[in-house]
Amino acid sequence: MSIDVTLSEPPMVSGGEEEHGHLDELRRDPIGLMQRVRDECGDVGQFRLAGRDVVLLTGADANEFFFRAPEEALDQAEAYPFMTPIFGEGVVFDAPPERRREMLHNQALRDKFMRGHASTIAHEVNEMASRLSDEGTIDLLDWFAELTIYTSSACLIGKKFRSELDRRFAELYHDLERGTDALAYVDPYAPIESFERRDAARRGLVDLVQQIMDRRAAAPEAPGEDEERDLLDVLMSIREEDGSPRFPTDAVTGMFISMMFAGHHTTSGTAAWTLIELLRNPEEMKEVVSELDELYAGGEEVSYQALRSMPRLESAIKEALRLHPPLILVLRVAKQELDVLGYRIASGKLVGASLSVSNRIPEDFPDPDSFVPERYVVPREEDRTNPWTWIPFGAGRHRCVGAPFAMMQLKAIFSVLLRGWEFELAQPSETYRNDHSKMVVQLARPCAVRYRRRGPS
Amino acid sequence: MKIVVDRDLCQGHGVCESEVPEVFSVSKQGVLTILDESPSGSFRSRLEQAVAFCPTSALRIQED
Repeated sequence: MSIDVTLSEPPMVSGGEEEHGHLDELRRDPIGLMQRVRDECGDVGQFRLAGRDVVLLTGADANEFFFRAPEEALDQAEAYPFMTPIFGEGVVFDAPPERRREMLHNQALRDKFMRGHASTIAHEVNEMASRLSDEGTIDLLDWFAELTIYTSSACLIGKKFRSELDRRFAELYHDLERGTDALAYVDPYAPIESFERRDAARRGLVDLVQQIMDRRAAAPEAPGEDEERDLLDVLMSIREEDGSPRFPTDAVTGMFISMMFAGHHTTSGTAAWTLIELLRNPEEMKEVVSELDELYAGGEEVSYQALRSMPRLESAIKEALRLHPPLILVLRVAKQELDVLGYRIASGKLVGASLSVSNRIPEDFPDPDSFVPERYVVPREEDRTNPWTWIPFGAGRHRCVGAPFAMMQLKAIFSVLLRGWEFELAQPSETYRNDHSKMVVQLARPCAVRYRRRGPS
Repeated sequence: MKIVVDRDLCQGHGVCESEVPEVFSVSKQGVLTILDESPSGSFRSRLEQAVAFCPTSALRIQED
């Protein structure tokens, strides 16, 4: 590509005089930093992350450039150094679109598998909910993080593997997610507590998977046993020519961690925020509950078909996603010199798109900070009319392949919860907030809600 | 009517195939083939479902 030499560098945002540039601000208040980039610089600006500049894009035109760019221009592989210690060396964070297509097939995310997943998810929610009393309090972070460990392991790895897990897996997994401090851009193995806990958690997960593998090896299934073979059985059965296992426990664990990662904290956080926003907006809650009561009035099962036709709940989830996208910043590395909206991006720079800032552009989303599910109803349909700024799932060729699975899962979760229980905020509304100190965003504690079993209506 | 696919957006989820297998086929590798680019009007309501439920909004119907 030939580049016009008169192109200018994108403007640099104010601040960032510290040793690592804007790193400390990114760890403290990332959304504030990214909004300031847009306010001061417009659609294309820069901030400084340790030794590297990050070109930050927001708005429809810049985002379209970002999300349509081919791998040769903007590459994901090197953009997330904080993931390598979590997945393990050699497990890639992202793959080219062709490979992603195959993964869609392999990872049971295709539409034809969704029908089965719907009932699997409903079963897991019922299972967790059966442990609730008639009334009490739950910690949203704990509860949904544990639930989504069970749903994602059951659907992506297999029900058999799921049945071999308990809370310990969820707790260790949480420590992995907490080990995503942006300090990894300076040193992914820096001696800080969250990285030490991350590494201990990964070892703990490898131990748990090893115990499961040992139990399976010691008690092979009787022939004809009706429990289906799962992915772990398949991986264990693949051998090198000398008879040794092809996939050591560490590699198997890394694969499972990476398969579950994209769908875990994201779905868990969105479930929590959907519930919080519905509790903050009782009129919306009423509409959603009556939609569900009506839909399931005949005692139908939670099924794929039922989950398709719940526009109220779907709009509420979309609005929770817009206001609280689980990923606030997605990154790539420029593999060549690029021209975006008249600015030059030098090869080697990090290039980011800010989901949280774009999702609240007032020109595209009137009253951007309010929870307004009506914006998804015909004729507004603000998600469809703004394909490059309504981007909680990203967009274009890299759009989250798990988005339909996530939406179905969230609808199944609320189909069970809101028909069986009533909820109530257990702390002042404004105290529910996200913890942005790590690259993986999580709900900050305390984040409790009260519940009470619904009586016969 | 004619079926138009934005290949930049299609990820091969196969919702269209579930809706109208006579018109859409998605390979094991996730590549979509349109079996009939100008399907008969009798498919219209099912095609509209396929367009509406396409998870990546990659499909549209172009009227003649």
